[in-house]
Amino acid sequence: MAMTIEDKLGHNRFNVDSSYAHIHVKDKCDDQKLVERVIMACPAKLYSQREDGSIDFNYEGCLECGTCRVLTHGRIVESWDHPMGGMGVAFRKG
Amino acid sequence: MAEEKFDVIIVGGGITGCVAAYLLAQAEMEVLVVERAEEAGQKAVTGGRMYGHAMEKIFPGFGEEAPVERKIVRERISFLAEETATTLEYDDEEMRKPEKASYSILRGNLDPWLTEKAEEAGAMFIHGIRVDKVLTDDKGKAIGVLAGEEEMYADCVLLADGVNSLLAQQLGLKKELEPKQVAVGVKEVIQFSEEEINKRFGVKDGEGLAWLFAGDVTNGAVGGGFLYTDKDSVSIGIVETIEEIGYGGLAPRDMVERLKNHPSVRDYLTGGELVEYSAHLVTEGGYDMIPQLYGDGVIVAGDAAALVMNLGFTIRGMDLCAESARLAAETIIAAKEKGDYSKASLSLYEKKLNDSFIVKDMKHYRKMPAFIDNHRIFEQYPGMMEEIMKGLWLVDGGEKEKFFKTAMGAVKKVGIFKLFGDVRKAMGAL
Repeated sequence: MAMTIEDKLGHNRFNVDSSYAHIHVKDKCDDQKLVERVIMACPAKLYSQREDGSIDFNYEGCLECGTCRVLTHGRIVESWDHPMGGMGVAFRKG
Repeated sequence: MAEEKFDVIIVGGGITGCVAAYLLAQAEMEVLVVERAEEAGQKAVTGGRMYGHAMEKIFPGFGEEAPVERKIVRERISFLAEETATTLEYDDEEMRKPEKASYSILRGNLDPWLTEKAEEAGAMFIHGIRVDKVLTDDKGKAIGVLAGEEEMYADCVLLADGVNSLLAQQLGLKKELEPKQVAVGVKEVIQFSEEEINKRFGVKDGEGLAWLFAGDVTNGAVGGGFLYTDKDSVSIGIVETIEEIGYGGLAPRDMVERLKNHPSVRDYLTGGELVEYSAHLVTEGGYDMIPQLYGDGVIVAGDAAALVMNLGFTIRGMDLCAESARLAAETIIAAKEKGDYSKASLSLYEKKLNDSFIVKDMKHYRKMPAFIDNHRIFEQYPGMMEEIMKGLWLVDGGEKEKFFKTAMGAVKKVGIFKLFGDVRKAMGAL
């Protein structure tokens, strides 16, 4: 009985900053392979693709690893920054 | 506050930042550490193990006093196929000596202790503020930071802001990370009781096990798994090179599940409760990835400076962080004495690094990143081991082939010349 990623994230503490998205993602990317890879890459499973092919991303639940930025360098991730001080994930164990 | 000028502003309150702050404050310097987490350790994730030698130099008795999880006294490496594991286990009494010891670590426990040490020595900390920019004068010398809309000034800025050091990139000291140079680590912390850990892993209070995995866990992609016993939890996870994502068709997050459910692992975890799910980048580009380490009024240290050793079977970083922080602190103290924080003056840092175990060891393992970029290691050799072991151990009453024939059959599947070639390359890389 595998836990879903949503279940797993539910055990983390997040201070969600509803006024500031620290990652901005392009709506579309011609490189479908790359879209599939970024969907696969995100440990928090925050990327998905809508039926019309556009990219859906939600920064809430982000573990702030940077994988999507390194993988897609300006091709999907448009800008990547750390959340504002004190916001975002707050690891208790780390 | 805006009027005050510090000797040093350190960006990042992790191991590097805290160690440097501690040493600088001990030398009577005015130090400010700016950390974006609300509380120490909340943005840090470790792959699990820290070698103690560098910390023992700075905090004698570190292993006894610091809130480490367990002293690692047993090493285990498993080559996994879908239903089998070929395991090498190593016990060594010397692992119990402080200067050779390594410890499982949780940063949520270690970083608050380190912060307290630095504060006691006189360093100032601001938590919960993000540094947006390093301020420079018209000649490009770093003169402070912009953090949370406030400008703060110092003679010198030490960047200890971790693998995603956007500030080192902004200053042109470091290039954006390449998918080949970094891996993503995904980790779960699974809670038990202290007694339960002792019982399951056959260890006593304060002692524990480090267990590494290659093969099936990544489905052949370049990467591997790890398991460390903490005091009353298990840290289990995987690492996959970012460039490899997609190879083998398994998402990193699913690799963790695959590892947890492997027949050789799952029974250790029964009944445990997940308490945290984390991810972090791991620098693995080795010596050739080290960026420009200093500029006018600025030094880069620790993970931000890519001072992480890729040993192939494991990645070592936290002791290098501590040592680079120590050398950065020595450099800054010398700069203060000279009253000169120029690039030329701070170049002493690079000389110190070159003379230290950090650069010497990183040079020794320079070829390792290229060596492990080879799917045979992750895909074919674990299967080869499985076949050889099956020939050795499994008996079902049927006619048994001579062991040598089985073993040679397994080797021939990979190719004898390829195998010898890889062994030769391994000897070069190691």
